[in-house]
Amino acid sequence: MIDRHIGFVHALRESGLPVSLAEGLDAAKALQHIDLTSRETLRESYAATLVKRAQHREGFDVLFDLWFPSTTQAPPKLRKDEPEDLRAELADLLAGDPGTPEFRAFAQAMVERFGQVQAGPGRQSWFSYPVMRALSPQTLIARLLGERGGLAEKLARQRITANIAAFEAEVATDVRRRIAEDQGRERITRSAVKPSIDRRDFLRVTKAELAELRREVHPLARRLATRLSMKHRKGDRGRLDFRRTVRASLQSGGVPLTTHLRPKRPHKPELVVITDASDSVSSFAQFTLLLTFALREQFTKVRAFAFVDTVDEITKYFAPGTDVLDAITRMTGEADITRFGRTNYGHVLTRFEERYASALTPKTSLLILGDARSNYQPPNTETLKRLTEKVRHAYWLNPEPRNQWDTGDSVASGYAAVVPMYECRNVQQLAAFIEETT
Amino acid sequence: MTWFASPSDAATRLRQTGYLSDDAIATSVFLAGVLEKPLLAEGPAGVGKTQLAKAIAEATGADLIRLQCYEGLDEARALYEWNYKKQLLRIQAEDDAWDDIFAEDFLLERPLLKAIRSENPTVLLIDETDKADVEVEGLLLEILSDFQITIPELGTITATRKPFVVLTSNATRELSEALKRRCLYLHLDYPTPERERDIVVAQVPGIAENLAEQLARTAATLRALELKKSPSIAETVDWAHTLLALGREVLDEQTIAETLGVVLKHHSDQQRAAKELGLRS
Repeated sequence: MIDRHIGFVHALRESGLPVSLAEGLDAAKALQHIDLTSRETLRESYAATLVKRAQHREGFDVLFDLWFPSTTQAPPKLRKDEPEDLRAELADLLAGDPGTPEFRAFAQAMVERFGQVQAGPGRQSWFSYPVMRALSPQTLIARLLGERGGLAEKLARQRITANIAAFEAEVATDVRRRIAEDQGRERITRSAVKPSIDRRDFLRVTKAELAELRREVHPLARRLATRLSMKHRKGDRGRLDFRRTVRASLQSGGVPLTTHLRPKRPHKPELVVITDASDSVSSFAQFTLLLTFALREQFTKVRAFAFVDTVDEITKYFAPGTDVLDAITRMTGEADITRFGRTNYGHVLTRFEERYASALTPKTSLLILGDARSNYQPPNTETLKRLTEKVRHAYWLNPEPRNQWDTGDSVASGYAAVVPMYECRNVQQLAAFIEETT
Repeated sequence: MTWFASPSDAATRLRQTGYLSDDAIATSVFLAGVLEKPLLAEGPAGVGKTQLAKAIAEATGADLIRLQCYEGLDEARALYEWNYKKQLLRIQAEDDAWDDIFAEDFLLERPLLKAIRSENPTVLLIDETDKADVEVEGLLLEILSDFQITIPELGTITATRKPFVVLTSNATRELSEALKRRCLYLHLDYPTPERERDIVVAQVPGIAENLAEQLARTAATLRALELKKSPSIAETVDWAHTLLALGREVLDEQTIAETLGVVLKHHSDQQRAAKELGLRS
């Protein structure tokens, strides 16, 4: 048990979970108190002692299933072995509760039946794909949706989709378990765990991950706003509050023991955001637009601009209270940001200076979001310099890894010489930027 | 004292107070008891973090002491304060009283000190830890790891009976690693529809099981939409009360459209839900 415990903790560290020595000891202590035969209790006790961030839980569960595999269930009595009958069986299960042991047993039986594939000469391996293809649960949805139309269908669809996801996860878990059995745990440990959502690359996120990222954005914007206002409240205090001091002194017989100071008037940050909305950074742009939207709700004075090869103000689409997805659709439809559809930073900067220079004041913070890839057009660094001289702070967030800057048509370091440029490839780096600079 | 005998004991006793737990909750509550470590419960608003602390207190018959955190919370309001008015009077009354004005009699207990010194079993709830300033976390470290408080004039006060500490956080900011390391971590999220149905049935006497089921499923669907504020468990329960008061037995489009305001508190959220669920509004 001790060996397995140490191996597990080690595997967690390897996959990027920060597990300290003390936490490992806590987990070991916890093992003395719990019933080790109950797998879920064991899982939760490890989770409580070792996993201190919700984003890490997913990776933890994958590793836990590898190191403490569930006992294989006795294969369920299948009515018949024909794929059509199996599909019928699956349909029944999908309509029920995914937490039952039958559900897992069925998933395991299906991996056994369909999951094995010839991976090379004389080598067999396990995959989830053939299982899902043989059963194609997506096509069962139509059969399962009893009532058509309206709310009932919506609810049923939501439930079945969730159950299919649960089935897919069970299959994937069992496939990993079988691979680990064949080839050893250590080999699969490294490849099994995806980086947690806050470390995933903006430029390479899938659609589902984007939805997950959206949920991360709001707390970030709120954090940015609280940090800005907190900083100013905590900083040097203002003038003496004479009235409160005298009143307080009455308690100590007229001797002013404690002085009260008037809080300094809070600084209201003004923000100007300029976002690259071109295709090369489309998923990043989606994300930054969401960030812009979230910021718009936190700060009173935010002006947002988007560009591809010309620039337009998009503040009005992001008015607080509107729906963010609608806002993005409206923006792409209505805002005048494209002439030829190829990013041109130089032209954008010139246009911005012509039309919106008045947005920049000594109180403003300027935030530019983009990859600085200008399709070999003149970068117009001078204009950027003039713009940044007008504002209080200017920052540039670049979604590309630092080692790709200046490759091809990127003029990153040219701009970086004028505006401090930060690599911002994932939520973690964005959070670090917020902590560091505000 | 032992707080709970086993995870299943924790689950049963929490259930008796009306709090439905799951594996994660029962196990971490049990472990926090036996390992004598604070429990940090993190999650979105309205999933029952504060309620958990109250349920633990009720299940174990312990006193509940609550420290509500807010921006600007300081030592004087969290730990202890000297009652200087009393001290001044004492000095004025007797000339040679300078030595004994820093004594028990002049100490004002604040929640943390009270919890440490309590003779009875105590559950200490430190609510919304993320709202307090970073400095407060430093203050908590000594208390949470050694269960002791140092008062310069009196010396170190160690807990006679270690309280069961529950910290809650909405994750508006990341708590420091040092604090997290000292705690057991419990992430509370919105419940599965099955568990939420049970919660509604337990909290709302007289509700039909299938209506509770429909409510839980609808709430799950609403949470899957990207709303500004997803409905919390408390709001689902309110919704159930509303339907009961209106005498509705099924949750159809008409009823949802009429009562959506109970669960969704933003206009844009309501519009979005109406559109996605196909309601007429």
